[in-house]
Amino acid sequence: MNNLTIAPSPHVHSSDSVKRNMYLVVAALLPALIASVYYFGLGALSVVVTSIVSCVLIEFLIQKFVLKVPTTITDGSAAVTGLILSFNLPAGLPLWIVVVGALVAIGIGKMTFGGLGQNIANPAILGRVFLLVSFPAQMTTWPVPQGADGATGATPLGLLKEGGVGALANIPTSDLLFGNIGGSLGEISALLLIIGGIILLVTRVITWHIPVSILATVAIFAGLMWGVDPTQYADPLFHILTGGMLLGAIFMATDYVTSPMSHSGMIVYGVGIGLITMLIRTFGAYPEGMSFAILIMNIVTPLINTYCKPKRFGEVVKK
Amino acid sequence: MLKTFKIGGIHPEENKLSAGSALKQFQLPADIKEVKIPVAQHIGAPAQPVVAVGDDVKVGQVIAQAGGFVSANIHSPFSGKVKKIEATTGDDGKPAMMITIAIEGDEWVETIDRSTGIKREITLSAEEIVKKIGEMGIVGMGGARFPAQVKLAVKPGQAQALIINGVECEPYLTADHRLMLEKSEEVLIGIKILMKAIGVTEAYIGIENNKKDAIELLTKLSAGYPGIKVQPLKMKYPQGGEKQLIDACIGRQVASGALPISVGAVVQNVGTAFAVYEAVQKNKPLIERVVCVTGKPLQNPSNFWARIGTPVKALIEAAGGMPEDCAKVIGGGPMMGRAFATLDVPIHKGSSGILLMNNQESKRGEIANCIRCAKCVSVCPMGLEPFLLSKVSAKQLWDMAEENHIADCIECGSCSFTCPSNRPLLDYIRRGKSTVMGIMRARAAAAKAAAEAAEAKKN
Repeated sequence: MNNLTIAPSPHVHSSDSVKRNMYLVVAALLPALIASVYYFGLGALSVVVTSIVSCVLIEFLIQKFVLKVPTTITDGSAAVTGLILSFNLPAGLPLWIVVVGALVAIGIGKMTFGGLGQNIANPAILGRVFLLVSFPAQMTTWPVPQGADGATGATPLGLLKEGGVGALANIPTSDLLFGNIGGSLGEISALLLIIGGIILLVTRVITWHIPVSILATVAIFAGLMWGVDPTQYADPLFHILTGGMLLGAIFMATDYVTSPMSHSGMIVYGVGIGLITMLIRTFGAYPEGMSFAILIMNIVTPLINTYCKPKRFGEVVKK
Repeated sequence: MLKTFKIGGIHPEENKLSAGSALKQFQLPADIKEVKIPVAQHIGAPAQPVVAVGDDVKVGQVIAQAGGFVSANIHSPFSGKVKKIEATTGDDGKPAMMITIAIEGDEWVETIDRSTGIKREITLSAEEIVKKIGEMGIVGMGGARFPAQVKLAVKPGQAQALIINGVECEPYLTADHRLMLEKSEEVLIGIKILMKAIGVTEAYIGIENNKKDAIELLTKLSAGYPGIKVQPLKMKYPQGGEKQLIDACIGRQVASGALPISVGAVVQNVGTAFAVYEAVQKNKPLIERVVCVTGKPLQNPSNFWARIGTPVKALIEAAGGMPEDCAKVIGGGPMMGRAFATLDVPIHKGSSGILLMNNQESKRGEIANCIRCAKCVSVCPMGLEPFLLSKVSAKQLWDMAEENHIADCIECGSCSFTCPSNRPLLDYIRRGKSTVMGIMRARAAAAKAAAEAAEAKKN
């Protein structure tokens, strides 16, 4: 006689898992990592490895010794945070600073709120912004792609901020696509980031709503400014391909935990990120604004969730 | 062109293991001497027994009469002697009132036409049809078991289209598929009868595209039935949901809390259409149905014609026997079916399938934190927020559950199916929904009582 299991329906599952989603994000970031290592060498790789190892280790230590709960480091979320944090750092950053960033990201950004799924802001961005305001000099020391040891340069957006549109004359679009530019180690190759984005869309890890609404907003904003005065403002394509715009739109703004739950909410959130980024880039003191924009919209997300509800079946439109 | 419903939906693995297995008449083994017939085989009030212990009954004789407006007659599927009328363990493990019949021979009520020929001419009037369907105990045979005559009692001009559910979107199940292939003419005549009953000239048979043979065959045959159109549908669960099917077939959405008739639609299952054919043309009550016995561990997944009351155990035996590693048996499909607490129970009018699962399949994955991925929101066919409903239900915040439309949930399970964290979303929502609906009913009753009291005071 068989013992029968009794459970309510449904009796089947999609076999989707947190792990699957997290490791697909890692896989989708690998192409861009190849460009980083190609252009920045070991200086990039050491930052990436340090960041991932610190994030995973810090989560493990906090769960084991502080919270005394079962550890969940194998779910891949800490590794994703570590990888994305490192993508937002310059290659060659002193490794102890990387560890400080990981501590802020996981320790403060994630674990203080109760771990996976509970945090308000994107942990990796929180870590990155903390480092940017605490170590402004080190965080804006950009190594030159395939340059000699110690050679540093500027990012395309830095050039734009300092020297205006004229300073960009020597940067071909192909460099922006392939990653032959200065910048945070993971943001340089637009093309490989887009390939990663396609991987995430096809495997349904993300939907199009957030990235497309961000990029469309940026394109429209930049297009208007450029249309008014192309000698002062850069063109929309330039804005989309530089300064972590694609890294942010595809991989950071789409962080499950800190983005809205309905498709309409995702679009509001994406438009907000696009607008804030362009306001900072165009009128602010910082050359780029993606991190700040996502962080601000993370905080607005609960409010968006309250007002942007999914469209219900058979909903009667109020007259 | 393939149509489908507009909001949400999932694509579970089909696993239609028994799709190629032709309908077989199930013979009750000789060692089974008695059968139990539940008096509650439908949504609504249980039927009231009209036989006494010791009475002789024939096949097709009424043994319990509809116990209210929303209820259905129960007919004896076997001939013999009434042995017991008492509550015994039902398929959910809870006590259920059943009439036990000790089988003797196979003697049928004389009024039932047992000839095999197809009877095409419809002689009854619309009212007579609805009355006959009520008498013959026909209920919705897709699983919901709503008494058919209640849905058909529409005011003249109210209905515009009849929609026939041939979707069978539940994985594994093939009962409707085989019926459409092997009893196509009868199904079409059944549809014609239903059209006459509700006074419409248009009927759509919604069939998912994984049943191309049924679509082809019925499309060909329906040429001889003006007004009946086969509507091929894109595969997506839960397309067989009443509201989803109406949306898919005629593009109209039934509002929250409203009935299909509010958009001019009446929905019936293909199995029901067949039962209607037999009831109206052959005077045969609902005493047998197609049951799909299936599952990966099973040796011979099959589709049986089985009498109501046939023990689940006997059907599993006939399909190859109980496999050693079977750890769960489900009445219905894997998405909405109910796990049996015991196999010593009879099949009923809504038993579309018996699904066996092995040990590994019957285990749920380990629950992780909600990562707010919003996949449950994307797949909800009612446009609800399952993550939120599950949370407020767990916290017993009934006001918030009601404000967020928990009563609209159709319990399709798409949210739990999809959740990467294996959260039992529907378990919580189901509990929340039943509590909230209880509160809503109590409030409505209180309001009615208050209004009546005020009215009485005024006079």
